Amino acid sequence: MLAAPVLLGSGLLTATALAVAVRRLDYERIPQAAVLAAAFFVASLASVPVGPGSVHLILNGLIGLILGWAAVPAILVALVMQVTFFGHGGLLVLGANTFNIAAPALVCAALVGPFMGRVRGGAPLFALGALAGALGVALTGALVALSLALSDPAFLPAAKVILATYIPLLLAEAAVTGGAVVFLRRVAPELLLRRGGSLA
Amino acid sequence: MVAQPPGGTVSTLTLAATTPRPWLAGLDPRLRVGSALAFAGVTASLDEPAVLAGALAWALAVAAAAGLPAGLLLRRLVALEGFMVVVLVTLPFTVPGETVLTLGPLTASWAGLERAVAIALRANAIVVMLLALAGTLDPAILGHTLARLGVPHKLVHLFLLTARYMVVLHDEYRRMGLAMRARAFTPGGNLHTWRTYGWLVGMLMVRSLERSRRILDAMRCRGFQGRLHLLAQAPWRGTDTAASLAVSVLLAGFLTLEGLA
Repeated sequence: MLAAPVLLGSGLLTATALAVAVRRLDYERIPQAAVLAAAFFVASLASVPVGPGSVHLILNGLIGLILGWAAVPAILVALVMQVTFFGHGGLLVLGANTFNIAAPALVCAALVGPFMGRVRGGAPLFALGALAGALGVALTGALVALSLALSDPAFLPAAKVILATYIPLLLAEAAVTGGAVVFLRRVAPELLLRRGGSLA
Repeated sequence: MVAQPPGGTVSTLTLAATTPRPWLAGLDPRLRVGSALAFAGVTASLDEPAVLAGALAWALAVAAAAGLPAGLLLRRLVALEGFMVVVLVTLPFTVPGETVLTLGPLTASWAGLERAVAIALRANAIVVMLLALAGTLDPAILGHTLARLGVPHKLVHLFLLTARYMVVLHDEYRRMGLAMRARAFTPGGNLHTWRTYGWLVGMLMVRSLERSRRILDAMRCRGFQGRLHLLAQAPWRGTDTAASLAVSVLLAGFLTLEGLA
């Protein structure tokens, strides 16, 4: 469905990010990344009610905060699992899908991650998590719409409708990520405060 | 906890059958993955709806021969992203061409309808073939196959461990969902629900990470130095060569048909 230049371009970007991420990923951190990739996969199976309908979570903001660069291979692996065992997504758009989800995760890690250690108290922490969740989904929605619009102008109306469907997802994702960040900070602070959370 | 048949949780997540069809199990996993990829590549280049319908029919025949239950396959296909549905519905109205249908100010064109049909056939054919040939592989075997096809070892390790944790986490998730329902949690579209799901996701990660640390410790205790051994598998056989030739001929046939149309 996407045009070849879009597929090639995003595939190339994904491959580059993947090369950087895999070089930084030492074998010690693979089990942790695998757990997160699996959690990402399982959480995407759950449908969360929003208004009259329900949405499936992406959680790329949270994954970026916890994994940093390792989010790229974790997301790729989860997407490969989704397409081979569930038929969700597509084989040839794997590069584009990975880019559309992993790039926002990296942005969240770079922009929101550094503040994780500085904020105290439940409400500000929830807000920070919610910001990461909202940012992740908003950027993914924008990238998906952009890849459609760049592929063919005939997709423009569809891209607008799809962008609108990301609004309820954004609300749920922000609240869920906020809740998860508050919880993790209380129960397993090392997850959010380690070097993994930033891109350094 | 809900009683489960042994191994039942695995089959709800992957399509690996407990008793795979002999013809499929006898083929080299590299051939299965490679054929699915080649099929995807060729199908992506097809545009003619009739040829694409042929490709979909072939994929469905392979799925049936692989023993994929029709109901399960249909459920997976219906779950086709809402994304796709939006594009298919809007496309006839946005591509200019001879009018086929008028809805108030909107006119649908033949050209747009044809493209929408082609996209739907193409996407479904690729997905059905992939589910039938690769989705029916045990995830561990699929991981080893990817390594033998040249995927970097770190990624393969990640894949293998993710495949394992996927089952563990799905169990854990169901157990926690049960515990929440036992405490009269009813999901609704409100902040309380979303925050609760956030705690659920957080708890899922904390428990699984604890488990992953214990596993890593146990593995180190047995001399694990950060690498898994990728098991050697059955060698490539004559039947694999024959099957790959047959697949190549069929794919070439589709390309020729497309050229003629």
